[in-house]
Amino acid sequence: MAPSIPGMGMAKGMAVTMKTMLRTIFLPGKYLNTVNYPVVKETPVARARGVIALDQEACTVCMLCARNCPDWCIYIEGHKEEKQPDKPGGRVKVRATLDRFDIDYALCMYCGICVEVCPFDALFWSPDYEYSEHAMGNMMHDMDKLQDWMATVPPPPET
Amino acid sequence: MMEFLSNFWVQLVIKLLIAALIVPLVGMVIGFAEMKLSAKMQSRVGPYFAGGRWGWAQLIADGVKFFQKEDLVPAEADRPVYKFAPVLVLVSAVAILVPIPFGPAVVGRDLDLGVFYVLAISTLSTIGVLMAGWSSANKYSLIGGLRAAGQLIAYELPLILAVVGAVIMAGTMSLTGIVNAQATWFSEHGWSLGMPFVLVQFVGFAVFMIASLAELARIPFDMPIAESELVMGYITEYSGFRFLFFFLAEFANMFSLSAIAATLFLGGYWAPGLSERMLNILGPGILFAKIGILVFIMIWFRWTFPRFREDQLQTIAWKWLVPISLANILATGVIKVIA
Repeated sequence: MAPSIPGMGMAKGMAVTMKTMLRTIFLPGKYLNTVNYPVVKETPVARARGVIALDQEACTVCMLCARNCPDWCIYIEGHKEEKQPDKPGGRVKVRATLDRFDIDYALCMYCGICVEVCPFDALFWSPDYEYSEHAMGNMMHDMDKLQDWMATVPPPPET
Repeated sequence: MMEFLSNFWVQLVIKLLIAALIVPLVGMVIGFAEMKLSAKMQSRVGPYFAGGRWGWAQLIADGVKFFQKEDLVPAEADRPVYKFAPVLVLVSAVAILVPIPFGPAVVGRDLDLGVFYVLAISTLSTIGVLMAGWSSANKYSLIGGLRAAGQLIAYELPLILAVVGAVIMAGTMSLTGIVNAQATWFSEHGWSLGMPFVLVQFVGFAVFMIASLAELARIPFDMPIAESELVMGYITEYSGFRFLFFFLAEFANMFSLSAIAATLFLGGYWAPGLSERMLNILGPGILFAKIGILVFIMIWFRWTFPRFREDQLQTIAWKWLVPISLANILATGVIKVIA
């Protein structure tokens, strides 16, 4: 180890802050690390975990997501619809229909367990992040809103 | 008109008004400088929207916000002590300005024991801090207050001892006298050549700056208000304009301690080659420039270094700064006697 001069570490640290300050003042275009958010927006990476989108057609109301949610922030209600057989003598089919699928994003901690456990690929991560509200109660989003977010979900990667 | 102005009481009122104006103004300017510079040191923009350009009105907006807030007093608090503590801290920050010369004639009052007065008044804020910590009826406040007391007492010693070197060199305790001594250091046959004491007393200057950083309880010496462990130390329970008082007092103290350092070691209002009349006009500007440099160094330190642990902090004061400043006094005294 090279012999150290007392105070060299301090001088180095102060040089770092001075350098950062000078280049932020004089070359903000290159070295400024922030953007003026509402005016300028940053593009998150494609697979960013911004918000959870729901594909209503794929959902079977199995409730796995709601039961696995650590925060209990998913509210699901549904009913069964009987579908009469096409041909006489056939079986009556039962189809589960969604009445309500709400996620309270004020409670959600973005763990993604619901997306992981969904056996029917009905839940997806979307990189959209601009859904802040003025009141906390408005962070509860219903299934139509969740369906809208499906449009922002990036296509699955090619394997 | 001149007769009216030379009346003692009229002068007193004018001086008081100027002091009452300067302290919040300087506090706001330094606070804003800290906000902007810290932002730049972290590759950020800092205040941006308030006031239209550069966010210059940010601290005015902050001040208005503090006045709107409720003035909460905890139920268990010792009410009169709790309410008086921030006032005491701010008053000490204002009163310290009295003997500081901003020009040959621009001085609140030239005290013969100016240095002594300044150091005595700077101790007053310790009592305010201890009062705040004790009366808040809060564990964090109490621990913060006691830490502050321990720290301020420990660093009061090197602060005072560091000043002694400059006092020995000047041979006077009047701050105006010390500036004059620096302005006319080599004085022969009608011409004189000045020398700021920092060139000889750089050890004293360094000790003084370190100790005054500790007196201000700023990073790296912010153990009393260590927000990650003590919430905000002795300020924890304060809100509204009493919090603002502590906030302003910190920046006002930065200003006044830098002013003392500039006066004692950097030549105060004096700059080479200016006549006394010019110094009366330009003196305040020169002193403010010197203060600005010192305040910048303090802000620079604040945003570079992490916090000292309590034992490291006491070690620096007792094992390093006190012996160094004592050795400095000894060396200065010996040289003064020999030369």
